[in-house]
Amino acid sequence: MLDITGLTRRFGTKTAVDGLSLRVPAGQMIGVIGRSGAGKSTLLRMVNRLTDPTAGRILFDGTDVTALRGQALRDWRMRCAMIFQQFNLVQRLDVLTNVLVGRLNRRPALSSMLCMFTAQERALALAALDRFDLAETALQRADTLSGGQQQRVAIARVMLQEPSIILADEPIASLDPRNARTVMDALRGVNRDGITVLVNLHDLTTARDYCDRIVALNAGRLVFDGPPEDLTATRIRDIYGVSETEFAEQAAEAVGATPRFVAIPA
Amino acid sequence: MRASYATGLPAVIRGEEAFLAARRQKRIQALLGGAILLACLLTAAWVSEAYPATLWAGLPRIGEYFIRILPDLRWDALFADAETEGSLAFWMYRLPEWSLLIIETANMAALATLMGSAAALVMAFPAARNITPSPLAYQLARRTLEALRTVPEIVYALIFVWAFGIGPLAGILAIALHSAGANGKLFAEAIENADLKSWEGVQSAGGSWLHGCRFAVLPQVLPNLISYLLLRFEVNIRSASVIGFVGAGGIGEELYKVIAFNYYEEISAIVLLVIITVSVLDLVSERLRHAAIGRLEAAR
Repeated sequence: MLDITGLTRRFGTKTAVDGLSLRVPAGQMIGVIGRSGAGKSTLLRMVNRLTDPTAGRILFDGTDVTALRGQALRDWRMRCAMIFQQFNLVQRLDVLTNVLVGRLNRRPALSSMLCMFTAQERALALAALDRFDLAETALQRADTLSGGQQQRVAIARVMLQEPSIILADEPIASLDPRNARTVMDALRGVNRDGITVLVNLHDLTTARDYCDRIVALNAGRLVFDGPPEDLTATRIRDIYGVSETEFAEQAAEAVGATPRFVAIPA
Repeated sequence: MRASYATGLPAVIRGEEAFLAARRQKRIQALLGGAILLACLLTAAWVSEAYPATLWAGLPRIGEYFIRILPDLRWDALFADAETEGSLAFWMYRLPEWSLLIIETANMAALATLMGSAAALVMAFPAARNITPSPLAYQLARRTLEALRTVPEIVYALIFVWAFGIGPLAGILAIALHSAGANGKLFAEAIENADLKSWEGVQSAGGSWLHGCRFAVLPQVLPNLISYLLLRFEVNIRSASVIGFVGAGGIGEELYKVIAFNYYEEISAIVLLVIITVSVLDLVSERLRHAAIGRLEAAR
């Protein structure tokens, strides 16, 4: 159970996230939507502690995540894995090593620095790659893969962290519709294994198709929290003051993606 | 369109006036700047006693020195043995010893480059502004690198000769220290240009700072670092061939001796050997460096 209370982050005079409170029960798949600058990314980055909150608290199963430092912080990061819009793989390393990055925190310092992993860990990594049909690419450099493949490598890396939560920040914004579907299916699949997933999405249709619950942000505040069927076109107009089509255009433009109005089958 | 018609337009007249005014302004600025530069140059020359007359008087003597150190070679005896005057073998009669010294010089440069660059690599990560663990570590690393490269190699060499005695060890350490400072700065700047997306990827997965350096940054900057290392090797070959002047090993020691004793023909022999060695190693290193850069470009 992830329990966020009064979470705030300011960048200078700009407030990115403003007193946000949210309870996430274990095993849910939550879609976070909002326009550019709504604070979606900052929210996810604060949970992983890549960005430190200005105020507020994040509790996970009773542990105060905002107070963690050093090894405890690294252990937390391992448990709440992160997926990025730009995949954030090491382009010049092979795919297998990229996946094994998910195990670094569990390895003794010296052997990890020498890039020495056990046969068992390599087997885990290969199995994770195989699950996303990438076992054949294990020894290729990451930059030889397509965007969709790279994002699936990133998900395989995340699986090796054996996380309790996955935070996905616009995982499909840089992908074409077909790859977007494979990546969303992969996320839904690991969610069914019991991992909580928080996913930032610019695309309402995808959010409705894949998520158990949708959270909408506007100017850093929570403006909607409920099941997908409650987020109707009328609701969108009430919240954002624009039609769903306009909302889709603005949200897509903000992440550099092409807007889509046709549903992708789940 | 006829010119007489175009010049009559009000826009043309106004434009031409503005153009002339701007050109006048620029010319005045250029003249003023030139005058100031010339004055500075003349003052500097006067202070440092760089008089044209001295230069003029000394020039012929440079030529005279070169004529003196030229070997006395004769066509008919060119390929005769070392006992015959006028042969190449007579000119290079100490080639075996000199070759050993040249190899020692190249070894000194290679070892010093490796040692210095290893130290530079360790210090470059905290000295890179984008990934430094703390402002204190950044300042410490940057200032240490600065101190290391500000002191000339020859000064280090004098200190180490005093400490460890005459020989190549002093020279290696001296060049290594200077290389650490010079390359550390270049390495840190290469790291500062690295893309931090993969750094965030490693950090978000629970990797430590060292893991970030090793897995996210190093693979990206490695070709760049190799290129800087080879460039430093080229520079260090030159340094190693003169550092022997203060007793720190290599061919420089021998060169200093023959210059001091006015063994004219031996001076030209050694200088020629040094030039050949430096050129050959330069060429090899340049090819390797371009190969490294090529791989870097291909990866983009």
